[in-house]
Amino acid sequence: MIIINQFIASYNYFIIIFLMIAGLYIVVARGNMIKKLIGLSVFQTSVYLLYISPGKIIGGTAPIINDNYTLYSNPLPHVLILTAIVVGIATLALGLSLTIRINEEFNTIEEDEIFNKEEL
Amino acid sequence: MQFEHLPATQILIPLIGAVFILASRKNIVIWATVSLLTLLTFINSILLYKQVSASGIISYAMGGWEPPIGIEYRIDSVNSILIVLVSFMALLVALYARKSIEVEIVAEKRPVFYAMYLLCLTGLLGILATGDAFNAFVFLEISSLSTYVMIAMGKDKRSLIASYQYLIMGTIGATFYVIGIGLIFIMTGSLNLNDISEQINNVSTIRPILASLAFITVGISLKLALFPLHSWLPNAYTYAPSVATAFLASTATKVAVYLLIRYFFDVYGYNIVFEDYWLSMLLIILSIAAMIGASLVAIFQNNIKKMFAYSSIAQMGYITLGVAIANHSGLVGSLVHIINHALIKGTIFMAIGCFVMKLNSTTIEDFAGIGKKMPLTMTAFTIASLSLIGIPGTVGFISKWYIITGAIEKGWWWLVISIALSSLLALVYVGRIIEIAWFQEPKIKENTIRLSHEMIGVTLIASITTLYFGLNTELTVDLAKIAADSLLSGISK
Repeated sequence: MIIINQFIASYNYFIIIFLMIAGLYIVVARGNMIKKLIGLSVFQTSVYLLYISPGKIIGGTAPIINDNYTLYSNPLPHVLILTAIVVGIATLALGLSLTIRINEEFNTIEEDEIFNKEEL
Repeated sequence: MQFEHLPATQILIPLIGAVFILASRKNIVIWATVSLLTLLTFINSILLYKQVSASGIISYAMGGWEPPIGIEYRIDSVNSILIVLVSFMALLVALYARKSIEVEIVAEKRPVFYAMYLLCLTGLLGILATGDAFNAFVFLEISSLSTYVMIAMGKDKRSLIASYQYLIMGTIGATFYVIGIGLIFIMTGSLNLNDISEQINNVSTIRPILASLAFITVGISLKLALFPLHSWLPNAYTYAPSVATAFLASTATKVAVYLLIRYFFDVYGYNIVFEDYWLSMLLIILSIAAMIGASLVAIFQNNIKKMFAYSSIAQMGYITLGVAIANHSGLVGSLVHIINHALIKGTIFMAIGCFVMKLNSTTIEDFAGIGKKMPLTMTAFTIASLSLIGIPGTVGFISKWYIITGAIEKGWWWLVISIALSSLLALVYVGRIIEIAWFQEPKIKENTIRLSHEMIGVTLIASITTLYFGLNTELTVDLAKIAADSLLSGISK
């Protein structure tokens, strides 16, 4: 019972770990450059959750000073993750544009086929 | 003279400059502006260094928000030297860049390249200056993203693949780093490095902290190309434009090492990281694998840029080895080697940039007889190469000497053998190029592009700097000793 309770109490961490490993696995296992980028995005998304979920306090409100509320959630994780999302989008955009250029130059976005053609 | 905002202007000069240079299309105007901006950055770094050495640690509250809530820029004896080093290399490479970029990059992309160069500098300086863990991540990504763009601008189409591979690896590394910070943040509720270091010993359970140490170590090791995580580096250095290679080889990996040193000795503290020896042992084994393995691979390369890319991995091995030894001499060796290797690799890749421009080839056989045609550049190259091996009287010798002293103080004699072996291997691959370049007859005709005076001039200046620091060792070693003292001051706690 204790194990199940612990599992339920910290289920958010299990979701995070699942996404993290799934994302990383896609990056490693797939040869298609677009799929790799999708995996990378999933991997980064897990980190967003890692920051956001501990920032939530049950019953807590946004940190606006008001006599009716006494319990506030920490806003800092959200701010940090907004920054991280921007960084993630920039990375994804750059990765996709590189993939477009690679497709123009090599006529494929499969890593195996490129490595067969070119000596790197 | 006191300037209050020096830590902020250090970052802002290249950051704002990067936006403004996009306004111009004329290569010479942009180049002059970039040179001026990097010169200003360099002067700023010198002033900052003077201020730190006169009045101690500078804590600068960015935007007026007091730390630990706000972002703190914290300049001390460790990062002030490295800020000077990175600004100096940026200045040299910027002065060198004009002709090389004209030859290697098409006209409409040149302003973007220069903008990326300045943004990369911004990111690297930011990582050095900031005292905030998340801010360091943002700067890490600024420098990385601009690096990917610079690499992708290489002439060879394989530069795209190199850039893509680096993007994947680099993003995984940066994400690992953020996971590590996230775990620390959950446990301590702070992102200020100084604040974390005080709270890290009061956490309720140590396990998440150890997990964060693992994540941060792996993440930063990817960025600094520690041995099994180095696979992005050879292609990135080989296919990037010469200017980008010279700048990255001399700064990017060094800044990552700084971050690792900062986390090991200041944030986590010696006690957590090196308490039981196994992280130390792991780092030592990987460093030795890098020193010997990468040097062996370098011997069999036919592409000169790739050869020295592998040599960079080997040299990073020395630096991480000094960190892993984790005593005073070892750290001094590491810090001095960061400075020395930046100068050496900067010189070598700038010289290679000159040769490649003249020969239009990176194959080593084509370098036959180049010493007779380009004696000045080849002399600079030879001086830097000898430093790389670590001949007594050159800078490379001093840093290796301190790392060896550190190993002996710990009683690890077998490390001395592996350092000597790695130096011998360096002698083999460097010797091969020197032999071909000075003593063989030319095989292929060089093209008619004329090298600009500043290219040769800057390469020579850089090589003379390595000679100077080899003969006058007091400056770098004394600075490194002060820095190592401050890093190790937490041991007794």
